[in-house]
Amino acid sequence: MAVITYREAVGRALREALQDERVFMMGEDIGRYGGAYAVTRGLLDEFGPERIRETPIAESGFTGAGAGAAMAGMRPIVELMTINFSLLAMDQIINHAAKVRYMSGGQLSCPLIVRTVTGGGASVGATHSQSLEGWFAAVPGIRVAVPSTPHDVLGLFRAAMLQEDPVMFVEHTLLYSTRGEVEDEPYVIPFGRADIKRSGTDITIAAYSRMAVVAMRAAEQLESRGISAEVVDLRTLSPLDSETVVESVRKTGHAVVVEETWYTGGFGATVVGLIQERAFDYLNAPVGRVAGEEVPTPYSRYLEQASIPDEARVIQAVEAALGR
Amino acid sequence: MASGDKLDGAQLIDFYRRMLLIRVFEERSAEQYMLGRIRGFLHLYNGEEAIAVGAISSLQPTDYVVTHYRDHGHALAKGMDPNAAMAELFGKATGCSKGKGGSMHLFDLEKRFMGGHAIVGGQLPLSTGFALASKLRGDGDIALCFLGDGAINEGEFHESLNLASLWKLPVLFFVENNLYGMGATVEQMLAFHDEIYKFANGYKIPSVRIDGMDVLKVREATQEAIAHVRGGNGPFLIEAMAYRFRGHSMADPAEYRARSEEERWRMRDPITTFGASLVDGGTATQEELDEIRTEVEEIIDAAVQFAEDSPFPEPEALYDDVYGGM
Repeated sequence: MAVITYREAVGRALREALQDERVFMMGEDIGRYGGAYAVTRGLLDEFGPERIRETPIAESGFTGAGAGAAMAGMRPIVELMTINFSLLAMDQIINHAAKVRYMSGGQLSCPLIVRTVTGGGASVGATHSQSLEGWFAAVPGIRVAVPSTPHDVLGLFRAAMLQEDPVMFVEHTLLYSTRGEVEDEPYVIPFGRADIKRSGTDITIAAYSRMAVVAMRAAEQLESRGISAEVVDLRTLSPLDSETVVESVRKTGHAVVVEETWYTGGFGATVVGLIQERAFDYLNAPVGRVAGEEVPTPYSRYLEQASIPDEARVIQAVEAALGR
Repeated sequence: MASGDKLDGAQLIDFYRRMLLIRVFEERSAEQYMLGRIRGFLHLYNGEEAIAVGAISSLQPTDYVVTHYRDHGHALAKGMDPNAAMAELFGKATGCSKGKGGSMHLFDLEKRFMGGHAIVGGQLPLSTGFALASKLRGDGDIALCFLGDGAINEGEFHESLNLASLWKLPVLFFVENNLYGMGATVEQMLAFHDEIYKFANGYKIPSVRIDGMDVLKVREATQEAIAHVRGGNGPFLIEAMAYRFRGHSMADPAEYRARSEEERWRMRDPITTFGASLVDGGTATQEELDEIRTEVEEIIDAAVQFAEDSPFPEPEALYDDVYGGM
């Protein structure tokens, strides 16, 4: 057991993956510069420029090159510097990588991993602070992983390397320096297995990525108020582990779903939908939802903080759901 | 003729046969579309057969071909079974893509035909990926990427040429300039329309413009380009001037262009002119060419029959091939 940062966990996962000679990386400034979030530092020296390929600022071009190489039998890992830039590669991800297996009647596959960074809170303004992972989860043919801890980063990345389909591996900008324990033996966290990060009896809080961390902090404070909250970290949005969520709600009888992105069209609505479909008779109150404020993320510090869900808002929603 | 490419009579006749196979496939497809057996969009390749046959006949079987939505000709030239192609157009379970893709999305992995791709320009980044995979593995295969003049307007064209040049990728970009992007002329839509092939030079990629209505000229230029690409010198771009004899799709009566213009181009029909040259040069007799047409019609009629007789996909197939196994 070792304690490492989320950033180190990604780096370790990449080094492991690169042991397979079919694996290579592409992305902007992932070489000399070491990556915008310093995740790929050192990889160029270790693996050389043929396999750690710095690209021009051409997201569609190099993401599509990754998709093509994957279709031709390689296992490329593409880094999109932030999920906001994925919008420039949307055609390749949605229209090509996600479709090719189905449209070719199963002849081709596209085992492409796209690593990218989601979330706000870094004072980088509206174009650099979005949480768009739910959009990808809405498209059949893609898998979406959203780890919240170093442990989950390692286990989920190993699982991503075993997929035969495109994977959006979505890291959170504010989690890179967080620390956590990881086991020494090479464990794998299969996709589609949510994690009960904390057991509780009064209410289920379902969340993912950084909001799972926020939910954990809220749950600690709720405990001191005599409320036992169970935190379910979804870990992958596609496939979604509906079973674990539903089982938890059936046990607690209450639920709040937390996410960082906007309320309208947020992935949380899908989670709420499946709870009402499959656990309605167990619910003692309407399911609460906590989501980002429906504004472009503002730059200024306090305004930005006001736009992103925090522990206080989660606690408020929990207390409302419990009628306190 | 390019050095090292000595064609005998049988090969020349084979080019004629391959072009005719595409033409008859398209003629029969149009008929079946009018009968309602083929649905959706149907973009026919009539008039551009010399490009598919001249270019693809120059490849090795393991080279990759990727193209746009007007893809029947390229698929057949790369060796796709006409039965599987026609059945796909019919939406049948026996189609190359089990009826899931349709006319614009033909695939044949075994033949390394990596698809018809229906988003304009979308196949360009993929082609650099095929070439990159080949380069990283050192297996010597190249990628041939067809695109239309309309795709030049897409950012993916420029991103892909730049990447291919920087990384010296073994990819041959082949622009089929048929003068129209749907209903708009290339003059209307592209500022630098008169010398499209020179776009490549901005990315330090050598390029050439050729006559796309002459199968032997296409073949010669492609062989020279392939020698460059396979030799590890990076990408090459060919612009072939051509014309589609029919509208953009079956839904398009092509009212935006003059019938006289169409007639002028039809005079240069790549199949009839090549056939005439074979007869004039004593390579084949008219009777032999007529026999070839009969044979080809039998093949395509059989493909139509195969498609008609084949079952539609079972409802249970709906969720097949969305995801692969773990």
